[in-house]
Amino acid sequence: MIFNSIAAGVARVVNGLGSGKRAETTLERLIQGGLVACGLLAIAVTVGIILVLIFETIEFFREVSIVDFFTQTEWTPLFIDKQYGIWPLVSGTILTSVIAISVALPFGLMAAIYLSEFAAPRTRTTVKPALELLAGVPTIVYGFFALTVVTPALQKVVPDLALFNALGPGIVMGIMIIPMISSLSEDAIYSVPVSLREAAYGLGAAKLPTIFRVVVPSAWSGIGAALTLAISRAIGETMIVAVAAGQQARIAIDPRAPIETMTSYIVNVAKGDVPTGTPEYRTIFAVGSMLFVLTLVMNLLSYRLAKRMRERGTR
Amino acid sequence: MAAPQPTPYRMPAEEANNIIKKITATDVHAWFGDNHVLKSITMDIPAKQVTAIIGPSGCGKSTFIRCVNRMHELIPNARISGSITLDGENVYRPGVDPVLLRRRVGMVFQKPNPFPSMSIRDNVLAGLKLTRRYARADAADTVENALRQAALWDEVKDKLDEPGTSLSGGQQQRLCIARTLAVAPEVVLMDEPCSALDPIATARIEDLLHVLRKDYTIVIVTHNLQQATRVSQRTAFFLTGDLVEYSDTDSLFTSPQDQRTEDYITGKFG
Amino acid sequence: MSAPSKPPLLATPTDLTAKRSGILVERAFIWICRFAVILPLFLLLVLIGDVVIEGLGRINTDFLTGLPSRRAEQAGIWPALVGSLYLMVLTAVLALPLGVGAAVYLEEYGRRSRLAGIIEVAIANLAGVPSVIYGLLGLGLFVRFFAFGNSLIAGAATLALLVLPIVIMSSREALRTVPDSLREAAFGLGATRWQMIRRVVLPMSLPGILTGAILAISRAIGETAPLIVIGAVVYITFLPDGIDSEFTALPIQIYNWVSRPQEEFLTNAAAGIVVLMLTLLLLNSVAIYLRHRHQKRQ
Repeated sequence: MIFNSIAAGVARVVNGLGSGKRAETTLERLIQGGLVACGLLAIAVTVGIILVLIFETIEFFREVSIVDFFTQTEWTPLFIDKQYGIWPLVSGTILTSVIAISVALPFGLMAAIYLSEFAAPRTRTTVKPALELLAGVPTIVYGFFALTVVTPALQKVVPDLALFNALGPGIVMGIMIIPMISSLSEDAIYSVPVSLREAAYGLGAAKLPTIFRVVVPSAWSGIGAALTLAISRAIGETMIVAVAAGQQARIAIDPRAPIETMTSYIVNVAKGDVPTGTPEYRTIFAVGSMLFVLTLVMNLLSYRLAKRMRERGTR
Repeated sequence: MAAPQPTPYRMPAEEANNIIKKITATDVHAWFGDNHVLKSITMDIPAKQVTAIIGPSGCGKSTFIRCVNRMHELIPNARISGSITLDGENVYRPGVDPVLLRRRVGMVFQKPNPFPSMSIRDNVLAGLKLTRRYARADAADTVENALRQAALWDEVKDKLDEPGTSLSGGQQQRLCIARTLAVAPEVVLMDEPCSALDPIATARIEDLLHVLRKDYTIVIVTHNLQQATRVSQRTAFFLTGDLVEYSDTDSLFTSPQDQRTEDYITGKFG
Repeated sequence: MSAPSKPPLLATPTDLTAKRSGILVERAFIWICRFAVILPLFLLLVLIGDVVIEGLGRINTDFLTGLPSRRAEQAGIWPALVGSLYLMVLTAVLALPLGVGAAVYLEEYGRRSRLAGIIEVAIANLAGVPSVIYGLLGLGLFVRFFAFGNSLIAGAATLALLVLPIVIMSSREALRTVPDSLREAAFGLGATRWQMIRRVVLPMSLPGILTGAILAISRAIGETAPLIVIGAVVYITFLPDGIDSEFTALPIQIYNWVSRPQEEFLTNAAAGIVVLMLTLLLLNSVAIYLRHRHQKRQ
């Protein structure tokens, strides 16, 4: 279906090129063709990512069993005893993402509710961009922060917390993601029609029940879109974990110990001196494919939820 | 008959003594920012009758009923002065919780606004759930009772779990009425409840009002004069924030005392 | 249709001044919400304060114009700074025309067409693809397939694709602020679609487009992971002399210093972060200024 539409679009442009009668029309067609090409680039990049990943991943699975990849429980491609089980990296990713989301969701949602339902209009217009600054700080800076400030501070409270661990970077990642949740959720909550709030107040409902049983449920698709986008971001976040979470791939639920995520593995291999063309090197594409699929699912889900939110009117 | 003079309306003394006053507004003024939208409204609203408020758009009729259940103050920059009593108790006295007031003075809005995230059943129960007065054992009774009172039961009894927004506009508005009745208010304020509905749906709601007034004090804002004559016992005419005339519906429409009322009901403006 | 009117099932409160338990809960909730807004902002301040305190003392001319060194106190960021500057310019040159072109197509030609719908889904998805995946794309496509090697142009092309969705989305926003009545007026005067776009739509939306572009570029110069994946070199003692030259960039230099165990290198990293953040601040101030001027004019 996608390719048919693309073909149709291209065909229309190409046909147009031939049939130009005046110079002006030809120019118009040329320009339109160029602009369509720019638009098609977005599709091309998507296809490019998929092709590169698939190509290298197939090469990888020629040398490493796909069954092992999904069933083994150890990930040691750079050791002498090579094991290629992806789950330790997936478990590391899930662990840091869960920590990040459990920080970002409550904070982001509370901030969204506060800004939409309680804050004065001026507070709203100043605090919202201020929160968005959090998402503008480069992730390498957050990595530095996790390693040099957050982990040492946590070590005073949490016993046996290693210098490299999942907890510190997870929390910092959560702070970084707060604006993603708060901004989108605030848009969704704010756009719930006034008439619904009035209906609840007219029934004698106080403010909190109105917010939690009427307004927030009506905004759930927008909040869901924010949450899935945040999860996708947490799964794909790289530098914070690469700097502060360690390099020990293992299936673990203990957030105090060093772990390795899919993203930090890719960085660790890429910055090292693994010879290109070896299966060890191709692991980064196999891991990348897994990462891409996971984030793709979240992104598409988020896109559909956001679309549903837009289709329901606004206030 | 002498030419009617535009004097402020006064209720005749003997008439005032015969009715039970449910709501009394005294010298009520209301503002949106600098916009003075209600000017010294003084009127009594009788218990267990339908009182209609008529007037052209922007005359303050909606604002007035929103002052009665203190919804007016929810709008930013809105202010009010004067007093409104419910059973003799000033609802603007310090210490009065507007949330508790609204449980006794329910409201039906211009556009049907069922909660989109809730089923028909949950919409009816919404008021009880939102105010923590919900008892599971009584839920089925409450739902049936409220929907019967709103003359909606027969149409929806087999699909109580469908979303409230799946109903037609007229049904949605009756659902909103059922929702309001389920919390057992004493007064029901209706802000042009039929303006978004077709004539058949409007007729059903008007029929309903005749039944409901046995149990509830009803104040209905309408820009439809025929509707006021059909459903109400008393009618008040508002114009640019003033209460021009207020009497029983028959006399207001047959022998208006004020020239402006006469002009309005004969269609000279508005 | 006479309805059975039962007494209310649950008593309605008649005392209007009764104390509702919810009031205290509501106050507490508001304070919890305020805390949820203030704490992250406070942590941001701590972060910036910490970095500035640790790094500011290290910043001097030697640091800014020095070459990397194995000895922390002699190391400088000059090649990284220059590399980032080159990357910034190249990325902008690549991403802006393509991104604005795509936005013009979507807003001015493809409204509601099926192809535009597919492009839109693709953009929404690309915006959420992790940056490290763009690194893999750049590695497979630019470094290996086109054989650019780990050069400036490979890095800039990768970053350009990375920020493309941002440029497209912000340019579309800007184009949408131009009222349709002006488009119709231009058509009414006999302008062709492209003439209308070039004479009316683009000039009016230019400030908005530039604002978005600057924000996209500031995202690009803070990116670390994709550059590491395409193989940007960390230890480089010369300046890039062409787009096919090897390069390093500020975030990579910072990452390198952060990954070293010695305390002195962490100080270098902090100083590098201060320089990076100042660059971002500068860029963002320009963006805010542009947006402000734009809003005032409207």
